[in-house]
Amino acid sequence: MAVEALGSAPRTKVAPWNDPTVRGWVFQVVVVGLVGLLAWYLVDNTITNLERQKIASGFHYLGREAGFEIGDTMVEYSPASTYARAIYVGMLNTLKVSVLGIIMATFLGTLLGIGRLSNNWLLSKICEWYVEAFRNVPLLLWLFLFYKLISEAFPGPRQAISAFWGTVFLSNRGVYFPVPLADAVFKWMGVALLVAIAGAWALHRWARRRQDATGQPFPSIIAGTGLIVGLPVLVWLLGGAPHHMSWPALKGFNFDGGSVIQPEFTALLFGLVLYTSAFVAEIVRSGILALHKGQTEAAAALGLTRGQSMRLVLLPQALRVIVPPMTSQYLNITKNSSLAIAIGYPDLVASINVTINQTGQAIENVLIIMAAYLSVSLSISAFMNWYNKRIALRER
Amino acid sequence: MRNTLAATAASIVAFITSSTAMAGKDLDAIKARGALNCGVGIGTAGFMLADSQGKWRGLSVDVCRAVAAAIFGDAEKVKYAPLTSQQRFTAVQSGEVDIVMGNATWTLTRDTALGLDFTGVYYYDGQSFLVPKTLGVKSARELGGATVCVAPGTTTELNLADYFRANKMTFKPVVIEKVDEIRAAFFAGRCDVYTTDASSLAATRAANVPPPRTFDDFVILPEIISKEPLGPVVRHGDSQFADIVRWALYAMVEAEEHGITSKNVDEMLKSDNPAIKRILGVTPGMGKALGIDERWVYNIVKQVGNYGESFDRNVGKDSPLKIDRGLNRLWSQGGLQYSPPFR
Repeated sequence: MAVEALGSAPRTKVAPWNDPTVRGWVFQVVVVGLVGLLAWYLVDNTITNLERQKIASGFHYLGREAGFEIGDTMVEYSPASTYARAIYVGMLNTLKVSVLGIIMATFLGTLLGIGRLSNNWLLSKICEWYVEAFRNVPLLLWLFLFYKLISEAFPGPRQAISAFWGTVFLSNRGVYFPVPLADAVFKWMGVALLVAIAGAWALHRWARRRQDATGQPFPSIIAGTGLIVGLPVLVWLLGGAPHHMSWPALKGFNFDGGSVIQPEFTALLFGLVLYTSAFVAEIVRSGILALHKGQTEAAAALGLTRGQSMRLVLLPQALRVIVPPMTSQYLNITKNSSLAIAIGYPDLVASINVTINQTGQAIENVLIIMAAYLSVSLSISAFMNWYNKRIALRER
Repeated sequence: MRNTLAATAASIVAFITSSTAMAGKDLDAIKARGALNCGVGIGTAGFMLADSQGKWRGLSVDVCRAVAAAIFGDAEKVKYAPLTSQQRFTAVQSGEVDIVMGNATWTLTRDTALGLDFTGVYYYDGQSFLVPKTLGVKSARELGGATVCVAPGTTTELNLADYFRANKMTFKPVVIEKVDEIRAAFFAGRCDVYTTDASSLAATRAANVPPPRTFDDFVILPEIISKEPLGPVVRHGDSQFADIVRWALYAMVEAEEHGITSKNVDEMLKSDNPAIKRILGVTPGMGKALGIDERWVYNIVKQVGNYGESFDRNVGKDSPLKIDRGLNRLWSQGGLQYSPPFR
């Protein structure tokens, strides 16, 4: 037989350049070697050029005094802080706007996506127009528009619009509102909140298991919400209910006291959320449309209400289609937040840019900024991949 | 801005990939190219601003034109590259431009650690504050708690923080890179105060106030809180080119001191004064020492004018800015503009 003949034939000696295995190895070694050489050449060249031009290098500058002020900080910062601290402040600001942006864009986008599928003609047209308007104009232009609207349309601080019986002030310096004065009780309220969240989660698990076993439902959502709200309030009451507030009041040029949401932050957050939610809406819509119509009918036949069928039957299945493209949108929000610099929100890029100009350490700073965005993006990806695996179809 | 990062990235790529030594080659490269690459700021009336025909004009621009006149005998052989305050140093470090006239302040670290050389001072400036008259502020010491518009990555930003710290006052900065945007934010009332070099404040006040408000609705506060000597910036390494830039500026000052103007320079060629004969190259030697044409000062004065002419035309009494010569008078008239002798 031919097959046998092939199999049993003595191995003929092949010249090494004709042997696919050997050839494969040689090619791979050559390619890796070339890439390594190129990398070495580039690094060596950079170092030599920097030395020749007498440009100092290294990360020592991070410990030096930054000397510049930052307008919007979440942690203690002054011009006497170090460059490292300034970059950290910028990083926190980037995270703040990204996290809030992701949450709000998801919420708004989901509503818009469902709204566009509505049987109500007006609602679905409004959602459609929204989506088309926002995703077809560059984000930078939206940012400029929102920033201009806020700074041009609102009055100066001395003519500020007051709302809620003179406790909240709107002006082109931002929204000033009262906040409670710091008190030790608030720390314990935070602890109580964490405990309540853990408790609500455990309660939800228990209710699910009981319903699976006995069929008896338990209003775990209402109970959990009550726990999350009630426990911190209880701690607040037990702690003597401290209620001293810091009220915003006009003093000199600006408002003093209270807390403020600055126009730059507002404009950036609005821009990111409104722009990205248009994309999210389309992703949600595609996820729901991917489901067979029979799913809705089957859920209705089981006697589930519209809300229940959306929550228990349609969305869990739609999520499998929605989650992977949603990851890209979350990454986009994070990266697009760097457009902040166009309207003066002090994000990571802003801190780094100033640091580059004051220290001249462009290469080191660009490395830092790349590492920062890379680690944030990879964390988002890792989380979303984990979530995607969790909700993926399990084949039994 | 994306552009900044892109420019920074491009400059880094230039660092990484350029393999030939730059030292001593700048002048040859400029001559071979046939034009001087001059980096200027995005636009400050009187110092650097493209007019309606797209032609760059201003005091800073005139220094680039003087260098081109010295090297090529033609002040028009300049290619301008508008750079933001954050791009300008990387652009000159990486060789994208030969010289930066971006109203950059001469400081020790910039002169040393950045691999740059400042070759002189074309304008003695100082930082001040611009406020709307309606604010009712008479002195910078009354600015505690104010919101201040400032450009990022400048000595201005650092001086501002230093000044408020030294006077135990607080402030909120609003920091936007594009100068147009920062001015817009100031005029919209986002900030109480706009701070930068007094010369730029004068330019902003003269040229950028949006109607219906006018020039007179704004005041520049009297305090000058810093020394801002603005100088031409070149790459460290080619001292011959640096010398030409340094002496092109001195030539403008020296010409003013000897009364040589663009109008009378042809008659001055016939002058018997030995100093003028040396300056204008009638007695040769100066050009050879610099490695350029002997008629270099003649070309500069004829095509660009002397320092006083350039000052008056661009920022001084014949311009909308009407800035007083102040520290920028000649040394012989009580100012700081002083050229070492041409001999």
